[in-house]
Amino acid sequence: MDRFLSDDEHRTLAAACDRLIPPLDAHPGAAALGVADYIDALLAAFTVDPPRIWAGGPFSGRAGGDGHFDEFLPLSPLEELAWRTRIEGSQGDPAREFNGPVAGWQQEYRAGLAALGDDFANQPAEEQDRRLAADPAFKARCYQHACEGAYSAPEYGGNRDLAGWRAIQFAGDVQPRGYTDTEVSGRA
Amino acid sequence: MRDLNPRDADAVVIGTGPGGATAAHVLTRAGRSVIMLEKGRNHLLALDAPFGPLGHVSNDELKFTRRHFLGPDPLLEPRTFRDHDDETEPLWVGDVNNLPSTVGGGGFHADGKLPRFREVDFHAWSELGPIDGADIVDWPFGYDELEPYYTEAEQLVGVAGDHTANPFAAWRSGPYPMPPGADMFCATVTAAAAERLGYHPYRAPTGVNSVEYDGRPACNNCGFCAFYGCPIEAKGDPVGLLRAALHTGRCEIRPESHVTEIALDATGRRARGVRYLDAQGDLHEVSADHVVVACGAFETPRLLMRSGVGNPDVVGRYLMYHLQTLVLGLFPFRLHAHKGRAVTHLMDDPIVPDAEAAVAARAAGLPYFRGGIVEHGGAGQPIMEAIHLPPGEMHSRLMLDSPMRDCMAAFTMQGEDLPQATNRVDLDPRVRDAWGRPAGRVTYTPHVHDVACALHWAPRLEAVMKDAGAHTTFWVTSPPLRDHRRPGADPTPTSRHVMGTARMGTDPRITVCDPHQRCWDVDNVIVADSSVFPTSTGYGPTLTIVATALRAAGLLVGDATPSPIPISRSASR
Repeated sequence: MDRFLSDDEHRTLAAACDRLIPPLDAHPGAAALGVADYIDALLAAFTVDPPRIWAGGPFSGRAGGDGHFDEFLPLSPLEELAWRTRIEGSQGDPAREFNGPVAGWQQEYRAGLAALGDDFANQPAEEQDRRLAADPAFKARCYQHACEGAYSAPEYGGNRDLAGWRAIQFAGDVQPRGYTDTEVSGRA
Repeated sequence: MRDLNPRDADAVVIGTGPGGATAAHVLTRAGRSVIMLEKGRNHLLALDAPFGPLGHVSNDELKFTRRHFLGPDPLLEPRTFRDHDDETEPLWVGDVNNLPSTVGGGGFHADGKLPRFREVDFHAWSELGPIDGADIVDWPFGYDELEPYYTEAEQLVGVAGDHTANPFAAWRSGPYPMPPGADMFCATVTAAAAERLGYHPYRAPTGVNSVEYDGRPACNNCGFCAFYGCPIEAKGDPVGLLRAALHTGRCEIRPESHVTEIALDATGRRARGVRYLDAQGDLHEVSADHVVVACGAFETPRLLMRSGVGNPDVVGRYLMYHLQTLVLGLFPFRLHAHKGRAVTHLMDDPIVPDAEAAVAARAAGLPYFRGGIVEHGGAGQPIMEAIHLPPGEMHSRLMLDSPMRDCMAAFTMQGEDLPQATNRVDLDPRVRDAWGRPAGRVTYTPHVHDVACALHWAPRLEAVMKDAGAHTTFWVTSPPLRDHRRPGADPTPTSRHVMGTARMGTDPRITVCDPHQRCWDVDNVIVADSSVFPTSTGYGPTLTIVATALRAAGLLVGDATPSPIPISRSASR
């Protein structure tokens, strides 16, 4: 998987996300779920072609049929403009700034992870929580992406070994098998 | 004339959602040629025979609900929202009731609940009377005139339902084309409680196949329904209509074609055609005898305003949604509402006022009020659940126990939203789209009627939830009531039912379209979407969009009466 983050940044991000989605009973933490891999793959989406934005279809192969989720779909020129702006920021490019400058996720993560400190992963949980609370906007961004990485299709880089779905008793994508009428209408 | 003035097509249709697809189908089966222009991408079907699925649709929550796969991307096409004219800064910029911008339009992501309106809905002013602060009007035609088109719409889309089930339903000339599909467990629990308390839940009419129909398979209950497309084409809207139009050989769909304006002739009274930008940004003009505008009730008025078409005193005004009352119940057991076709039960009781509602209306200073259809649903997919939970140990605990997803039932009342001239879509003075043009701006506040109705029904629906076995219940409205609004939170209505912004009627001074859905001032431009609705009713608009588009396009090609069912069917009933 291509990467945007350095090894140190990646380690800090994994530790930060593990405080937002910590391991508990049968629920693995964000680090074990590969959430940092998911976020890194998003930040590096345009290092591959087609970019890793929209997985293919119609089936993953997990519930029958041929699997195509790992064949990502190409973007139109306008869609590429939007996603590059979102990820890379507008960087002074007039085509990306028709409503003014846009900060990119790459800059947000680079700055946010630096502020957490390169010793973040080795801090006790209380200190990690204190540092995360210092920047609510960055914490919210990490949490939003951590939730995506924990419970999205594994082709996007997270939900390692489907452990996110398994923990919450969710089957994930079920086409083309689907559910029987009995499974729909009956008590669980 | 045609030899002297060659046209690119008999008609150009702007937008490929349920309205545009219906118009294209009617025109092409009458022998007319059609070019369809669609702003968004094509993920729906191959544009070469036999027009099969592209395989882009999948059970993928991230792609469909987080990454704007069906468009519009709010970075490229931001919209702005405010609730009063005196607010100079928008309350919100970004996604405002975005319906898919893609081949198939709003039909692509809908879960296909397809009720008809009732007789009284077409004569609310005559039969129920006015309400202060609202412009309630009669429709220019009644239910009886529309009934054959409703019947045809149900057959074209493929609707599964039980015609005996809803005691409040309007009369109908026959049964649904298919029987209902599998009842969702969650809905059977809440529907049983509703019956115990004297309400009348019924098995929902849905545009989802319960048996093989029109060459498409029966639904297999995958559960990725609302906000998703169907990977196996068990939903008929709008793929069935578009495919039928393409099969005539007289329809061409041009995706990624962004219409800049309707081009008028020198008199300004006739449309010559339209101009559009292709994916490379090159400008083209398509000439046609008729222009069908079916961009949805947000984009249609924006295009009419850009083109100088439509009564300028009215176009964009009377924007209506449904005021949604969401009543949630947490149960001590799992309801697995992620299995099945999103909503399998509805009830119309709040639409038909009872004695209690009459008292409550008078107490609120209103002559009467009417709510909306109640959907018996549940929660959906896990990313949405996760994002609504707090981070930390609470996250992992609640994801394991899943009170907000697997153990939650939800009633959604689609409350009737009264038409008000001040609620409208116009052009934002500052925010731009990716093409450099003014973004659409919504100015919207629900009428006191809509709010009073929500306040009346929310506790009654909570009582149903409690009777069904919920240990905890609560309710919210969308848009949030003013004193419930949280700073920074999205103040926009989540309803994707958007209506009324090019209303039709018999008086050209106060409407945009005539009773044939033609623009009064440029009569070869017809509007074929929910923009023409004079009132919102308490029902989802899609089947009525198809029925009215069948009527309008049929009148355009000289149909006197509804024509026979044109598509081949292979339903094994």
